[in-house]
Amino acid sequence: MTAIRSVLRDLAPGHVFVLPAMLVLAVFFLVPVFGALAMSFTDFDIYAMADLKNLRFIGLDNYINLLHTPLFWKAFGNTCYFALVGAPLSIMVSLGMAMALNVPGIGLKPLFRTALFAPYVATLVAAAVIWRYMLDSQYGWLNQFLIVIGIRPIDWLGNPHFSMPAIILFSVWKNFGYNMLILLAALQRIPDDLYEAARVDGAGPWERFIHVTLPGVAPSLWMVALLTVAGYFQLFAEPYVMTQGGPAQSTVSLLYFMYQDGFKWWNLGHASATAFILFAVLMGLSFLRPKGEEVFA
Amino acid sequence: MTMPRLTVEKVLVTTLLVIASLAASFPLLWMVSMSFMPEAEANAFPARLFPHEPTLANYAELFAHQRMGRFLINSLLVSSLATCLSLIFNVTAGYAFAKLAFRGRQKLFQFLLALVVIPGQLIMLPLFFQLKMLGLLNSYGGVVVPFMASLFGIFLVRQYALSLPDEMLQAARVDGASEWQIFRRIVLPNLSPIIVTLGVFTFLMAWNDFLWPLIVLSDDHNYTLPLAIASLSQEHIQDSGMVMACATVTIAPVILLFLALQRHYVRGLLAGSVKG
Repeated sequence: MTAIRSVLRDLAPGHVFVLPAMLVLAVFFLVPVFGALAMSFTDFDIYAMADLKNLRFIGLDNYINLLHTPLFWKAFGNTCYFALVGAPLSIMVSLGMAMALNVPGIGLKPLFRTALFAPYVATLVAAAVIWRYMLDSQYGWLNQFLIVIGIRPIDWLGNPHFSMPAIILFSVWKNFGYNMLILLAALQRIPDDLYEAARVDGAGPWERFIHVTLPGVAPSLWMVALLTVAGYFQLFAEPYVMTQGGPAQSTVSLLYFMYQDGFKWWNLGHASATAFILFAVLMGLSFLRPKGEEVFA
Repeated sequence: MTMPRLTVEKVLVTTLLVIASLAASFPLLWMVSMSFMPEAEANAFPARLFPHEPTLANYAELFAHQRMGRFLINSLLVSSLATCLSLIFNVTAGYAFAKLAFRGRQKLFQFLLALVVIPGQLIMLPLFFQLKMLGLLNSYGGVVVPFMASLFGIFLVRQYALSLPDEMLQAARVDGASEWQIFRRIVLPNLSPIIVTLGVFTFLMAWNDFLWPLIVLSDDHNYTLPLAIASLSQEHIQDSGMVMACATVTIAPVILLFLALQRHYVRGLLAGSVKG
């Protein structure tokens, strides 16, 4: 009793204010993190779910098994394809639109900004459903457009060569608005004098872009690139709604694979190993972060 | 001298912005338009931009026979609950990290910063099992658990609370106010802009969330709108007008909320991405 009392006396009001949040984070975040690690070394499955006595420690077997699972490698490759092609494309569109919005003297900017940002706010799953119709091989607007400009229509979601490009196209549309706003804020911090000085020195638009704009937004661009690649590695809802991982498993992502493995086949131990491999990739990315930058993911 | 060149630039950039804005909003506008098309028009070939005979039949069918009302209420309840809980836990903690001295504060905060790299998906499998033990599977409670306390929320509030003047808090202490009274009467009103920001963010995130509710909710009676439209679109992909009406019911509330509170939302977005 006295021990408890002395602990209580030591508590500052600050402790009381942070305690509820810290407890929640400990129970529903920290415990499961260690739980995930522990789980990945066991054969946690539907029998263990019913009774933990059925649980066995199997060391690195899940990881070794994963490395011999072709679908895991397929999912890994698909996810890298999506992240390494999709993220740069999306950032290029973001930067282009941010630069357009930063040109002085353009009217209706708030309207343009809102229209360009709207896809980002829209519910991902519902937007993916709309795009299934947009990408439809017969009725879809995208193919109507291709026909108009003289290109043969494409079976976007039915052809394994075009399913991932289709999802990338959708994701660029869905996500570019977020980075656009961040890069726009960075562009607005570049002093006008720098552009003026470059102009006086006879620099053309391309030179001003290379020597003033890019260095000015470089720190933000680096941050945005890392966050976007990390975010793109977490691809899930798009294949779930648009392709169910198909055709020919061309859109199975790491998370989609983990979800099926864990919650369809109830191989929770095995799926945890996939989750940890994804975590390792994201950790690796975070080391590329410039020192002293804090990012709230 | 430079005037004509600038004008050409302006015209080009404005044209680009008009085309890009149309392209960005086209799928959403088409969704709304198609949701008012009778079945024959929605499935017409070539596809139509506008309904010739607009109808509310798709919405009527959704609410009368597809339990849309139920899903809408589920989404509203889940997102509101997530928002309230997030505010309670994150505002108190964020304020304390900014303004209250306590032992271990610095170390604890450093520790939280280090946790940022852990992706939410990592914890889903064990958290699922944990919630099963707690009997929270297939309930609103289970869906909102990840939103209760968040690193983002704590950092966001702390960052803003740092700007509260210490003299103001100190003066209240000299007057004999308790820490709780100071929090309620002085801190909360002064934090209201960031409270709105965090509230909008949490509401939108909870509303749009898909993977976690998909894992937690097994009974379709408890489905939130994203789960409902995912399953509706798989069963009724031919009824494109009705699916579009469902998408409209899902997306319209968040777009409207965003339009109403745009300034607050963008503040949070920028705070989450620049140096802490």
